[in-house]
Amino acid sequence: MPINHEEFRPTIVAFCCNWCSYAGADLAGSSRLAYPADVKIIRVPCSCRVNPMFILRAFEKGADGVILCGCHPGDCHYSTGNYYARRRMTLLFSMLDYLGVENGRTRVEWVSAAEGVKFSETMNSFVEKVRSLGPNVRLGDLRCKN
Amino acid sequence: MQELINRAKSLLESGEVSRVLGWRKGETDWDVEPAFFNSAEELSEFIYNGFCGANLSKYMIEASKLEGKTLVFLKPCDTYSFNQLCKEHRVDREKAYIIGVGCKGKLKIENIDAAGILEVRGAGYPDASEILTVKTLYGDREVSYKSAMLERCHVCKGKEHMVYDERMGESADTSDADRFAEVAKIEAMSPEEKFAFFQSELSKCIRCNACRNVCPACSCRKCVFDSTKFDSAQKANTTSFEEKMFHIIRAFHVAGRCTDCGECSRVCPQGIPLHLFNRKFIKDINALYGDYQAGADTDSKGPLTDFRLDDCEPSIVTKRG
Repeated sequence: MPINHEEFRPTIVAFCCNWCSYAGADLAGSSRLAYPADVKIIRVPCSCRVNPMFILRAFEKGADGVILCGCHPGDCHYSTGNYYARRRMTLLFSMLDYLGVENGRTRVEWVSAAEGVKFSETMNSFVEKVRSLGPNVRLGDLRCKN
Repeated sequence: MQELINRAKSLLESGEVSRVLGWRKGETDWDVEPAFFNSAEELSEFIYNGFCGANLSKYMIEASKLEGKTLVFLKPCDTYSFNQLCKEHRVDREKAYIIGVGCKGKLKIENIDAAGILEVRGAGYPDASEILTVKTLYGDREVSYKSAMLERCHVCKGKEHMVYDERMGESADTSDADRFAEVAKIEAMSPEEKFAFFQSELSKCIRCNACRNVCPACSCRKCVFDSTKFDSAQKANTTSFEEKMFHIIRAFHVAGRCTDCGECSRVCPQGIPLHLFNRKFIKDINALYGDYQAGADTDSKGPLTDFRLDDCEPSIVTKRG
């Protein structure tokens, strides 16, 4: 397939928890399920390891969308980590929305180690959503952009 | 004011307290600063008037490490911060002798300036709390008390002290506005308008860190923004997103612990309405996890250190629109 250089390719950062979603991504790979190469996965010990600063830094350094994947609530390897992450991310996303950042650029999805299909579908739909929103200008360094 | 000084003197002389934490005149008459007084003589500088907006709770962190008790004067809204610090084991209740002082709303010098009153030499403490008499170089001027008040006094949390050993003076509930009205107004804007609003407000930030240094909730020994490995210790070497990130993260770090004391907005030299960030978090917490007032007690769990199995999913932000 020829590569179209004119087309906007978003940079997506995906924080995946070690125990469920990272294994889910692995399963998606070994099952040969396609998901866009724009997704850069960062493995974290638990979804609750993700500090709001990680997400803001990702945007600052040029990400167009950030997605956080963790174990389903109730299935956390550390029992309760994702419950705390859920509250934090709800508040953070609400704050980003309050600052005028399109809320489609952030997402939380629960993906278990057995859900390779869900991982691939989630990433496809998220990349599609961010692509429709266009490049992220509001959270980056405005000085370097026109 | 004189009865506060007399009471402080008698407590100092009886040896009940080793020092007094209060306010004294700063460089100008309206610039009142927090101060420690170690003897009865020093107390002659003690002052309590409409410009004593400073919340003294945070100074109790240091005072808790000293020998003996400290007499501290707290206004009703300051006692929330003190309670919150007690809950976080940052201040020692046993080391504090709290006199709950009366408060009928505190003044903002900028508001008095805006009313065209210049060269302020002091302001009387009003009794009727309708008209304020301001002493100036050119004689006494009058201004409506409500228009000279700090923003936070318009959403006063009430006249009850949450914690005290004794109370002196009368308080009044000065609230006359909806606490979340401004937040709701911004929420109703389009993303472009929201971004333009915060861009114009936050680009004024000079990263003086006054908001952080005054905040009773911002009392970490090591702050993430002091890290030199992080590119965020000063404004000069960072990107234009830096000030937004600083204020989002600062508000996030105090989310669930912020008592909405309004000190951040009071001290900001650039006049940035920083309380809008804290109130947004408080509004969300109240709406999603139930009403919560930080500092109202010393034993409840904070909303971000707690969870329910049936909490809403973060996608609620998108659904709410």
